[in-house]
Amino acid sequence: MSIMAMPLSVASKVTLGKSEFAGKGIKSAAPSTRLAKQNVRFAIKAAGYEDELVKTAKSIASPGRGILAIDESNATCGLRLSSIGLENNETNRQAYRELLLETPGLGEYISGTILFEETLYQSTTKGKKMVDVCNEQGIIPGIKVDKGLVSLPGSNNESWCQGLDGLHSRTAAYYKQGARFAKWRTVVSVPNGPSELAIKEAAWGLARYAAICQDNGLVPIVEPEVLLDGEHGIERTAEVAEKVWSTVFSYLAENKLLLEGILLKPSMVTPGNGSKVKATPEEIANYTLTMLKRTVPPAVPGIMFLSGGQSEVEATLNLNAMNQSPNPWHVSFSYARALQNSVLKAWKGQPENVEAAQKALLVRAKANSLAQLGKYSAKGEAEEAKKGLRTCTARAAARKHSKIIPVVSSE
Amino acid sequence: MAVSSNMALKSSVSLGKTDFMGKTVLRQSAAPASAKPTVSLAVRAAGYEDELVKTAKSIASPGRGILAMDESNATCGLRLASIGLENTEANRQAYRQLLVTTKGLGEYISGAILFEETLYQSTTDGKKMVDALAEENIVPGIKVDKGLVPLAGSNNESWCQGLDGLASRTAAYYKQGARFAKWRTVISIPNGPSELAVTEAAWGLARYAAIAQDNGLVPIVEPEILLDGEHSIDTTLEVAEKVWAKTFYFLAENNVLFEGILLKPSMVTPGASAKVRSTPEEVAKYTLTLLKRRVPPAVPGIMFLSGGQSEVEATLNLNAMNQSPNPWHVSFSYARALQNTVLKTWKGQPENIESAQKALLLRAKANSHAQLGKYSAEGEAEEARKGMFQANYSY
Repeated sequence: MSIMAMPLSVASKVTLGKSEFAGKGIKSAAPSTRLAKQNVRFAIKAAGYEDELVKTAKSIASPGRGILAIDESNATCGLRLSSIGLENNETNRQAYRELLLETPGLGEYISGTILFEETLYQSTTKGKKMVDVCNEQGIIPGIKVDKGLVSLPGSNNESWCQGLDGLHSRTAAYYKQGARFAKWRTVVSVPNGPSELAIKEAAWGLARYAAICQDNGLVPIVEPEVLLDGEHGIERTAEVAEKVWSTVFSYLAENKLLLEGILLKPSMVTPGNGSKVKATPEEIANYTLTMLKRTVPPAVPGIMFLSGGQSEVEATLNLNAMNQSPNPWHVSFSYARALQNSVLKAWKGQPENVEAAQKALLVRAKANSLAQLGKYSAKGEAEEAKKGLRTCTARAAARKHSKIIPVVSSE
Repeated sequence: MAVSSNMALKSSVSLGKTDFMGKTVLRQSAAPASAKPTVSLAVRAAGYEDELVKTAKSIASPGRGILAMDESNATCGLRLASIGLENTEANRQAYRQLLVTTKGLGEYISGAILFEETLYQSTTDGKKMVDALAEENIVPGIKVDKGLVPLAGSNNESWCQGLDGLASRTAAYYKQGARFAKWRTVISIPNGPSELAVTEAAWGLARYAAIAQDNGLVPIVEPEILLDGEHSIDTTLEVAEKVWAKTFYFLAENNVLFEGILLKPSMVTPGASAKVRSTPEEVAKYTLTLLKRRVPPAVPGIMFLSGGQSEVEATLNLNAMNQSPNPWHVSFSYARALQNTVLKTWKGQPENIESAQKALLLRAKANSHAQLGKYSAEGEAEEARKGMFQANYSY
């Protein structure tokens, strides 16, 4: 019998945590779902999707492949479009996502793509569902399910991520529409502490989101982004990252997550972007892998890094450095800007540029595919690809466009 | 750059100390408050980091495992009594001497856990026990816990004592030549386990581990989930997942250096009185699933306890776990499963020492092969197959 299909407990209702007795021969205060005998304590985890979750996660975490993140909210997508002089309307967003997803041969390097809700329900101009385009490419469609960052009361000007309300029905609907994995991005800010409160809230929100996803057949990508902002050194980042991930995994365990059916989306361990001391790809790889080896159990099939403002080439070089020897998990990418930047600039919204833009996407996707295999070389990379993508302008613009006043810009 | 030497100790400055109600800033820090959060690192493990990592790696070396011979005087008395010997220091010395002077033992044994008495003992030739071990390239370790006592507020469960004075004791043990330590607490499934018992077990282990590292000893982390009970292998898995999740979380909170610890788990099996038994392959599958779900790859070695399994069972199960590469060294830390036949062969007679030592080498080699995934039970003697489970077993 497959151990994955084995009914594993949902449990804490029965014994764990519910048997704090004051004395010897005891009746515990039983919640209504309490089962009479201690040996009848199993409920099926993840509501029966276990095998599928494991299969999906493995497929996304396949050698030489990674995730194309195109789940920018409409507001953020608007920033991308305006950067090439386009208006932010549904037609343009459709045209852009269509360009990306219909890139011939994309599935050789891309195993999954994260969509925004609008795209999940969209079709191409020729009337084909976006999810069908993905599936035909061998690319699994995923869906961003969080509802953005807001101020965290009681913290040091930090944020928390909303989205649990109604998540259960939303994820069920997304599954029906064809999504098979989900993403939730929360943030942790080093200059603001981070406070114990902010870390706990981030980790707990992720754990709850993840459990709800698995219950509805979606592989949850777990993303607590430790923001690049700040002057701190790489060791401080490592310290914070270790604390964050340790807390995350503790809560994932408490929420009975099936670890073989999740994916992670960490930030790499680097110095803050305002730090005077820069780090080489090898240093970043060393610190990042050390941090992961200390916190991530091998049951987790894949770790898909976010690029978080690194240049396209930086993001690829760093990933490559991390794959110079075998890792206990698939170590790959889930890049948005680091895959799309050159594409946008090649397209400029012109239909005659679509082919060139798609070629640009393939160039970046292939580069990162090679990096996943540890075989990438930066020779011959264009100047554009080397430009850092973290600018104050982008953040200021984000603040202007969004309704809340975030501490940091939203993806 | 050796990353291990620079990873942080923390909490004094920022984490946990910035729970503000409003905006600006004034932190009430108990600890050295620096104006900027950037200065927050202290070196873990008081400077022993490199040595801890090296020791742990040496113990977790291919084809080798731990000989646990740290029975308290009372428990050692039981062993001696089983072969008709009185429980005296001379007899305990004779027995431990037999074990540590076994020539060639170091080919299969990388570490030996001693009881305090033995750490300070010498052989009848006047050679320190720790020196005899060092000659065989076997790292001496020391049991540092002070045993199990009832846990108030629980469901008749236990907790493990030993934190009082642990810092000075571990420092003294290091001086005497010990380089790793061991602390065994227990979890009982028939009794719950209660949240309280699991939390206490995990927290005690984490505090002990931090103190041990601070004094140069690699801590072996041992929350034994007792075999006693009728529960299924699935129940054991569930409990084990809970126990290890808590243990690692608390280890992290105590800033323990994971590259410098070893684990000593019980294998995931059905309870001793469960109606449905499991094959070595099932035990291996469940156990490896547990480990893959809970043990970060930074941990260099996982050295299983035998907990009442027969000598052959313990070897077969270990072998089944090593049929393909694991992200950590998966080996043994056996007491009864290495010593049972030895005792019965020795019977306290000097003329039997050589054959008793041969018996030890036989078992050590079998487990060495199991660590490499190359063991076969053909040719094993009947004695070696006898189960050694004792209900309510206490050390």
